[in-house]
Amino acid sequence: MLNVKVLGSGCANCKRLEQTVKRVAEARQIPIELEHVTDYAEIMKWKILATPGLVVNNKVVSAGRILKDDEVARFLTAPQEN
Amino acid sequence: MHTRAVSPKIDQHPAARAFVLVGLAAVVWLVLYTLIEPFSRWVSFGLMGLDPASHLGEAVAFFVYDVPKILLLLSGMIFLISVVRTFFSPERTRVLLGGKRQGVGNALAAALGIVTPFCSCSAVPLFIGFVESGIPLGVTFSFLIAAPTINEVAVILLYGLFGWKVAALYVASGLVIATIAGYLIGKFKLERYVEDFVWQMQGADGGFVEKLSWPERFERAWDSVKEILRKVWLYVVIGIAIGAGIHGFVPEAALADIMGAKAWWSVPLAVLIGIPLYSNAAGVVPIVGALIGKGASVGTALAFMMSVVGLSLPEMVILRRVLKPRLIAVFIGTVAVAIVITGYLFNFILG
Repeated sequence: MLNVKVLGSGCANCKRLEQTVKRVAEARQIPIELEHVTDYAEIMKWKILATPGLVVNNKVVSAGRILKDDEVARFLTAPQEN
Repeated sequence: MHTRAVSPKIDQHPAARAFVLVGLAAVVWLVLYTLIEPFSRWVSFGLMGLDPASHLGEAVAFFVYDVPKILLLLSGMIFLISVVRTFFSPERTRVLLGGKRQGVGNALAAALGIVTPFCSCSAVPLFIGFVESGIPLGVTFSFLIAAPTINEVAVILLYGLFGWKVAALYVASGLVIATIAGYLIGKFKLERYVEDFVWQMQGADGGFVEKLSWPERFERAWDSVKEILRKVWLYVVIGIAIGAGIHGFVPEAALADIMGAKAWWSVPLAVLIGIPLYSNAAGVVPIVGALIGKGASVGTALAFMMSVVGLSLPEMVILRRVLKPRLIAVFIGTVAVAIVITGYLFNFILG
């Protein structure tokens, strides 16, 4: 089971990223445990400067971008490579 | 191996292919751009049979010419600046600003505000990350003022509707305002009005960095073109429609008395009205443009626009998470005063 965190305090882009992650995981039947982190103190522990951030298995894979479906899919299917 | 006859070299070099594609797109763009004027004349005076001298003819021609022109300009120039921006990131900007003092740091932060990709929804993590790594408060503010104010859509629209001089004037004044306002905020020593939890965080160095290839840069730039156009096209069309109406129907110099350079109170009033208003630049610029055409002075109009674009209620609500009310008030006040002074300056120089 992949642990996926979306970092961002409820801005529109953050919600969009969360939706994309859900959609991609469902479509490709990837089992994930999804968290949406909205507390700034918690977000800043990941050392990002722009939201939304995406964390897969405790590694930041993206910050400040609205990822497209295939990009998210790449992060979810090959997390071990990183 | 012999079956792949069609330019195997290009197929094997994604970077070369990407450059060829972008080059072709540039040619198409140029052709379209030169066709806009004849096309708009044909539509308004040929196809619709309007009289070029009539109010309606003038308004329609203005609209049919400006809408495709602005949309084309936006797509081309957003693409270019987005490619440039792939070389910058908030992380990189933070490294560049590290160890800079007040003064030089403020000017550099303002300049980096133009090229660093930034969304005001990320203002809080950026603020915390900057302040935590030791960048002075005033320098951080210079960045936070410049980034939304000197926004690419605003500058491109100003260029498209009034030419490069007004666009350059806008960029220059944005830089000056961000530098000076940030410098002053730094001088006021307001660190105690930053929310306490910000200072309790630690180890903000390092962070997320990625390496991109040219095709990826182009792809991201194209994505942001689509993203921004999707957001602003309707504002552009409505804004230009209102602008076209004013252009065609409001008499020349109708606004000279209330928004002209002689009405000294018009600059602060325009800024005050602009602070709570929030619109993306796409909606404001065409209207402001039409006002200038009817006797409103450039300084007053630009001051209004900066106040609308650079100081916005939603951004203040976001920043309230890290700033105490007093600091927010100083922030708004300092920037507003700086904008007013710049407005007067333009009215003085250009009037």
